[in-house]
Amino acid sequence: MTKTIIECNDVNFRYEHSTVLENISLDVKEGEFWALIGPNGSGKSTLINIILGLLKADKGTVKLFGQNVDSFKQRERIGYVSQKSNSFNSGFPATVLEVVKSGLTRKVGLFKGFSKHDEQKALDSLRIVKMEDFASKNIGELSGGQQQRVFIARALVGEPDLLIMDEPTVGIDQKNVASFYSMLNELNGEHGIAILLVTHEIDLVTELATHVACLNRSIHFHGMQSDYKKMNDTDISLWYGHPVRRVHQEQKGI
Amino acid sequence: MISALFTYEFLQNAFLSGLIIGVIAPLLGLFIVVRRLALIADALSHVALAGIAGSLFLSQSVLMFSALNPVYLGMASAVGGSLLIEKLRGAYKHFEELAIPIILSTGIGFGAIFISLAKGFGSDLVGYLFGSVSAVSRQDLWVVVIIAVVVVAFIRFFYKEMFALSFDKEYAKVSGINGKFIQIVFMIIVALVIGASMRIVGILLVSSLMTIPVAAAMQLAKSFKGALVYSIVIGELSVLIGLFSAFHLDIAPGGTIVITSIIILLLVLGWTKMKGKQPSKKAKEEFA
Ligand SMILES: Nc1ncnc2c1ncn2[C@@H]1O[C@H](COP(=O)(O)OP(=O)(O)OP(=O)(O)O)[C@@H](O)[C@H]1O
Ligand SMILES: [Mg+2]
Repeated sequence: MTKTIIECNDVNFRYEHSTVLENISLDVKEGEFWALIGPNGSGKSTLINIILGLLKADKGTVKLFGQNVDSFKQRERIGYVSQKSNSFNSGFPATVLEVVKSGLTRKVGLFKGFSKHDEQKALDSLRIVKMEDFASKNIGELSGGQQQRVFIARALVGEPDLLIMDEPTVGIDQKNVASFYSMLNELNGEHGIAILLVTHEIDLVTELATHVACLNRSIHFHGMQSDYKKMNDTDISLWYGHPVRRVHQEQKGI
Repeated sequence: MISALFTYEFLQNAFLSGLIIGVIAPLLGLFIVVRRLALIADALSHVALAGIAGSLFLSQSVLMFSALNPVYLGMASAVGGSLLIEKLRGAYKHFEELAIPIILSTGIGFGAIFISLAKGFGSDLVGYLFGSVSAVSRQDLWVVVIIAVVVVAFIRFFYKEMFALSFDKEYAKVSGINGKFIQIVFMIIVALVIGASMRIVGILLVSSLMTIPVAAAMQLAKSFKGALVYSIVIGELSVLIGLFSAFHLDIAPGGTIVITSIIILLLVLGWTKMKGKQPSKKAKEEFA
């Protein structure tokens, strides 16, 4: 039986003045790669925050690896890249390597320091995002896209079973976006890591993902990628709130 | 001073406490500065002032307090203040820094009341405000040693958690680091270090020893470990030079220590500026 890794059951959430999420039910199972799409302000980041336990749902439940999110302890199993990850103080005295190593904090455990082995893992992780040459550079001296790649490395370093990424490719150039997505494909396909990816790069990602969820306050579609592709553009435009034309990869000649 | 050091116990006390404080104050200071809490140390030292003034006042009027070392009450009120700041920071989620002036004014307010009630304390109080080379007792030294052990153990055991929390609080929370617990322990330790340092550098200048060496170190270091080492080296240098000149010139050590650290900071700033102006090798190659 495949295990359910994220289980959202009838989640509702409102900020002080407005309801943002209504009756969200969504299951991410072992080995699945979900693309979560929707227009700006549709509640994607809010939902991610609820799944991670940073915000609390007003109604409904969220379970991670079968445990209630409030009491979920095996947090080293999650790798996370936030939408505003490079909002840190740019004068912070830390090297790229130190930042990536911090992704191992929980895994190494209390009262212990990092070992040479941990350092090696961090370097390997930097190699995946092609940032190994920057290991000893100050994090604030990197460009925005380079920083973003470092944060992806930090999410990967603990070899998580679940990757949650909120628009991780913002600011990353096309060539590196392509290699990033092929890496996700490999992590998911070969290592079976479950992925929940928020993105606006609809055309690219819906090709890679196994499943797609369309969010705009409530979930308008969720299911297999093949079913998503069968939908016509007018349906999608309807809940997107403005006309959407998907460019099919065949048309682009890829 | 060297020969006097072997002769006078009070000098040994001051010197050894100074050496220890030169390590632990900037060590904690680094974490304070990168978390943008530099003013907290200031607020807490003023709360310590209230405690000390209170203790001095009580020792005039209540017999029981006349034997009590005012440092203890100062330290206790700083710890109380640190817990209060945490509470207030929770209440003003979006204006966390508001907690700092509230606590600071409370400290000065009570301090002023106790000082007036006691009709001034004369030289005693000046010693607490600006530090003193002669006022450190053996007992004070032991208190400093114990606090130093606590500080070093805390940083040794929670270094990676402290780093993760300082660099990215949200990520730390997602990865399951118990930020609340560590933060409270950290604040208590900061309060203890302020209490321990005030005999030497004085209440008004404790926070400078926690922040100025760090400010200089951050100009020099690329890594967090590097910033930590530089902070301690600069802190130690300031204390050493400061104590020597305080003794020889008969000045309050708080002043000489802090001014020394400011001079080091200026030298570092000048040096990095000069280095920045010279085009680096790489830039030269690019323009060639
Ligand atoms: N802290 C907050 N307080 C109040 N309202 C908020 C807050 N954060 C977000 N919102 C509102 O909630 C709604 C959903 O925001 P959210 O950030 O989840 O959208 P999103 O789908 O991630 O958008 P984007 O594509 O721009 O990242 C928006 O209308 C936003 O204005
Ligand atoms: Mg968002």
